[in-house]
Amino acid sequence: MPNDALADIRFQVMWNRLIAVVEEQAATLLRTAFSPIVRECGDLSAGVFDPQGRMLAQAVTGTPGHVNSMAAAVGHFLKAFPLDGMNEGDIFITNDPWMGTGHLNDFTLCTPCFHQGRIVALFACTSHLTDIGGVGVGPDGTDVHMEGLYIPLLKLADRGRMDLALLAMIRANTRQPVETEGDVYSLAACNDVGCTRLKEMLTEFGLDDLDAVGAFILERSEAAVRTAIAALPDDTWRYAMTVDGFDTPIELVATMRKAGGRIAVDYTGTSAQQAKGINVPATYTSAYTSFGLACALAPDVPNNAGSLGCYHVTAPLGSVLNAPYPAAVNARHIIGQMLPDMVFGCLHQVLPDRVPAEGASCLWNLTMRGRTDRAANAAHLFTITAVTNGGTGARPTKDGLSATAYPSGVKGTPVEINESVAPVLFWRKELRPDSGGSGRYRGGLGQSIEIESAIGADFELLAAFDRVRFPARGRAGGGDGAPGSVSLDDGTKLAAKGVQTIPAGRRLLIETPGGGGFGEPD
Amino acid sequence: MRIRLAIDIGGTFTDVVLDRGGERTSAKVLTTPSAPADAVLNGITGILEAAGLQPGDVDLILHGTTLATNAILERKGAVTALVTTEGFRDVLEIGYETRYDQYDLNIEKPKPLIPRRLRLTVPERIDVHGAVRLELDEVAVRALIAELDEAGVQSVAIGLLHSYANPDHEQRIAAIFAAERPALSLSLSSDVCPEIREYERLTTTAANAYVRPLMARYLGDLATRLEATGFHCPVLMMTSSGGLCTLKTAAELPIRLVESGPAGGAILAAGIAKDLDLARALSFDMGGTTAKICLLDGARPQMAREFEVDRSARHTKGSGLPLRIPVIEMVEIGAGGGSIARPNRMGGIQVGPDSAGSEPGPVAYGRGGTEPTVTDADVVLGRIPARGFAGGKLDLDRDAAAGALLQRIGNALGLDAVTAAVGTVEIVDETMANAARMHAAERGHATAERTLIAFGGAAPVHACRLAQKLGIGRLIVPLDAGVGSAVGFLQAPVSFERTHSLQMRLNALDVERVNALFAELRGEAVEVVAAGAPGVEPQEKRTAYMRYVGQGHEIPVDLPARALTPIDLDPLLASFEETYARLFRRFIPGADVEILSWGLSLTAPVRQSPTSTHEASTAREDVQPRTLQVVDLETSTAETVPVYDRQALRSGERIAGPALIAETHTTTHVLRGYTASLHPSGALLIEVR
Repeated sequence: MPNDALADIRFQVMWNRLIAVVEEQAATLLRTAFSPIVRECGDLSAGVFDPQGRMLAQAVTGTPGHVNSMAAAVGHFLKAFPLDGMNEGDIFITNDPWMGTGHLNDFTLCTPCFHQGRIVALFACTSHLTDIGGVGVGPDGTDVHMEGLYIPLLKLADRGRMDLALLAMIRANTRQPVETEGDVYSLAACNDVGCTRLKEMLTEFGLDDLDAVGAFILERSEAAVRTAIAALPDDTWRYAMTVDGFDTPIELVATMRKAGGRIAVDYTGTSAQQAKGINVPATYTSAYTSFGLACALAPDVPNNAGSLGCYHVTAPLGSVLNAPYPAAVNARHIIGQMLPDMVFGCLHQVLPDRVPAEGASCLWNLTMRGRTDRAANAAHLFTITAVTNGGTGARPTKDGLSATAYPSGVKGTPVEINESVAPVLFWRKELRPDSGGSGRYRGGLGQSIEIESAIGADFELLAAFDRVRFPARGRAGGGDGAPGSVSLDDGTKLAAKGVQTIPAGRRLLIETPGGGGFGEPD
Repeated sequence: MRIRLAIDIGGTFTDVVLDRGGERTSAKVLTTPSAPADAVLNGITGILEAAGLQPGDVDLILHGTTLATNAILERKGAVTALVTTEGFRDVLEIGYETRYDQYDLNIEKPKPLIPRRLRLTVPERIDVHGAVRLELDEVAVRALIAELDEAGVQSVAIGLLHSYANPDHEQRIAAIFAAERPALSLSLSSDVCPEIREYERLTTTAANAYVRPLMARYLGDLATRLEATGFHCPVLMMTSSGGLCTLKTAAELPIRLVESGPAGGAILAAGIAKDLDLARALSFDMGGTTAKICLLDGARPQMAREFEVDRSARHTKGSGLPLRIPVIEMVEIGAGGGSIARPNRMGGIQVGPDSAGSEPGPVAYGRGGTEPTVTDADVVLGRIPARGFAGGKLDLDRDAAAGALLQRIGNALGLDAVTAAVGTVEIVDETMANAARMHAAERGHATAERTLIAFGGAAPVHACRLAQKLGIGRLIVPLDAGVGSAVGFLQAPVSFERTHSLQMRLNALDVERVNALFAELRGEAVEVVAAGAPGVEPQEKRTAYMRYVGQGHEIPVDLPARALTPIDLDPLLASFEETYARLFRRFIPGADVEILSWGLSLTAPVRQSPTSTHEASTAREDVQPRTLQVVDLETSTAETVPVYDRQALRSGERIAGPALIAETHTTTHVLRGYTASLHPSGALLIEVR
């Protein structure tokens, strides 16, 4: 019997096991996180890397915004803290938007995993913390330092001892010290779980390291994606889309070049970086672009350095999709989450039966802030993010999905949980009829939402919405989705971006956008 | 001598077990979907006749059924409406606003049980504290009656926001409907599932309403016909939590019956764990389409509060409807004998989650199946003997199975049929092992050092390899695995659980309010349990579902089964921290702790018969076992392996692996390094050497 074939099967089994290890790592984070957006919505990521910093497996549980941004972070850690200086029990941390996953609210932790006295892997994880100080969640900052505490690449634990000074700094720089510190511990714990499981796996399979299985994973994944890409003709496709921007519209322009087994997406022609915090660091542009490509071309190939290495994403420095330090980037998801629509716009020209129409795409996170009667902390202040969504674009053979996140993978938050956490009262949250674009297949519906303070106090809305001026467009003759809107119940129009006060007794009215339709109506 | 009957209605067969003081006989009859009581009556009268007994001799009937589940899967429940808070018409459809598959652009989300036109709203609003923010508009409630009439609604789910905190508006709506339309079946979310989180509460209530008329009709019909046939004994229904309840409770809360079959299997495993004194066990039930794994500690299955029914996308987590009911916690994976194997894009083998089911079934069955399955791989490896399968009813076509493996997998990946079969089996075993490990880990448990209890047609074939992967050194393959669920019913206690959300900080705990809530929950549970087990003093278990303030997932923490006093608070905090640290490795010093929900369960054991003792033959002459060529999974080469007949095994006999032990409906594959022997209970005991 061919031993190579049997060896292949063993490698496949180990690959499956490695994915199970990172899924368990992610599950630990999900269950222990304090930040509601992590635990209720899965805004997190977890992965295992080889000692050179190449990602071997990433949990499917998680958000696309971290797809290869977290992976890049591990490379940055390794440059700052070379392997030979790492000890068992060390943990590294950052929330640098350019080194990590695109804004200060995301903490990334990296832990070397020792087996038989040497580093066999690195575990990394990322999660979104509710509050990291500064002007708070939203695009209101004009540079990154207004957006909160900035943690460079640092050592959080040295040989198992947490850096108490750093933890004290973190606690002192957030409006939610207990939750934030709890989340740091939760991130640390999830890497520990990953490492424990990996060591068990190495023992069971009688391995000293991950070198051979790692090479197998990367090679097989890269080959699978290359084959998928190679099935397309060599060509170049362009697509442009206008989105709302903070106060002036932003033009997104993509050029996709396919040559052999490689796809390159370049965003030359895209608008310049903006004054407010809707700028996107390059790492995050790369994440959502790669995610769109993976969905369309190779949805069943797991994420790792091999599969993701087939996609090359570039944007001109100084454009809104590659905004350098010290640009304000807090609400980078608003534009970042539009990027799969750019990918689909290009691919529709060559794969008209594979990709959907444009969707609401960017999350409609209702972030609210104000005084509370709930004793959340000594200052009696609350911040809450109620995750909500519009509709997705219609598919070539199906309607779009109503009130469903895409590309984000996060879950919506239950109204009853929102109201148990913060003094807000929802008077409406239901589907918005006729908001999906018309067509042979209809776009997904948005939602109508009404919110009032539950304690008769003013509260702030930290708006970060899009598709209000420029709705999701249909494809192949399908109609546009309904645009979103933000207003008060007395008819006052509110801005779709920025901090605004909702006066006591007034209701905030939110209409989330519908998805575009697909095909000429019958 | 106490005579008991257990009946399990499954999709294809209705299993009947007669128990006479521990001595059991069983029968299988075809399920009669249009009138399920027919098969029940057929089965039980047949088995009684054969035993020379009369209906009047029977002391107790225990019953489980998949009827409620099937009504949901096939969307054949009653015409059901939802009445909810104005502004929240679409809670059932909005769901979690998420996709259960991140990368698949073509997913379909689960279809709500109640369509939009039957989701009706009334002005009213209660807040998180139970305070009325908007008075119920009773005029609007009355105005709905015409709509219900016009749509021919038979059953109504009433589910308002925060009704767990204050059920008054739901109760007033119910009172109006009951007065105006006494025939309407009414399910209130504050009764069915008084817990926070509107999507889960409303979906559970809607599902209850959806199956309730059907179940009430069936249970009423069954009771009448049993009575008419001469049965005068009590009938108890098996619930998803592994406990029994009365017909009355079952007719009111039929949603609690959905997973009774698998629960019976877990109870069977629990019985074995108890008999064999296994502190930690893991049950492994592998059938044609899925595998189910359950952890048992102290001979008790792990419990959960949520179950997902009707997973639309091939058993994918998140693709079904969440039901918040007390349930034996099991992880279910799309990995069964019928699971289809195919090459994937990475040059590997993908097994499942879709299944060839029983029709057309595996290629080897010769019923038109063309895609190779796990069973086909097992046949090609020689570990399911091709001749005399299913008690001699079916010969398996090994060549056809090998041909399919070669064509569909081997040719694509450059493997011969045998290596493709080894790969298929290795991948499916690894998938099950990963699911089991993840399931255990999420609850702070390990799989090693547990005893694996294997039942279901495909489980004994795969159990040894699964055990190896999980670091398990001891396995049990019980007798009667084919009617395992019904046998499990015989060992189930009468029990009932209530859980109610009442959010409180631990450091500001209103002890009197909690005690009052528990008194109420206990009153409800006592009523149910006393009806099913009169005169038996039930055991009481109280649980607090606790978390750090700000977290979203609660963990269950045991409470003393009595009224709380302020001095209980410190031990309760310590208990929470200890549980938390066990689950998550560290606790958070100084963070505030809160309790979101409170649970109470009462359990009254049914008098047990001793387990049937297997009369092993000792008079048999030594005969050489026949042999078969079986492929070794490590080396992928065939070797000669003895095949034993399970019925002919003698106690004390030790069989060293590799070996096969064949019985009517399955084969146990004993791997190299393991030894099998016959336990006095009749179970096969397999241990690592």
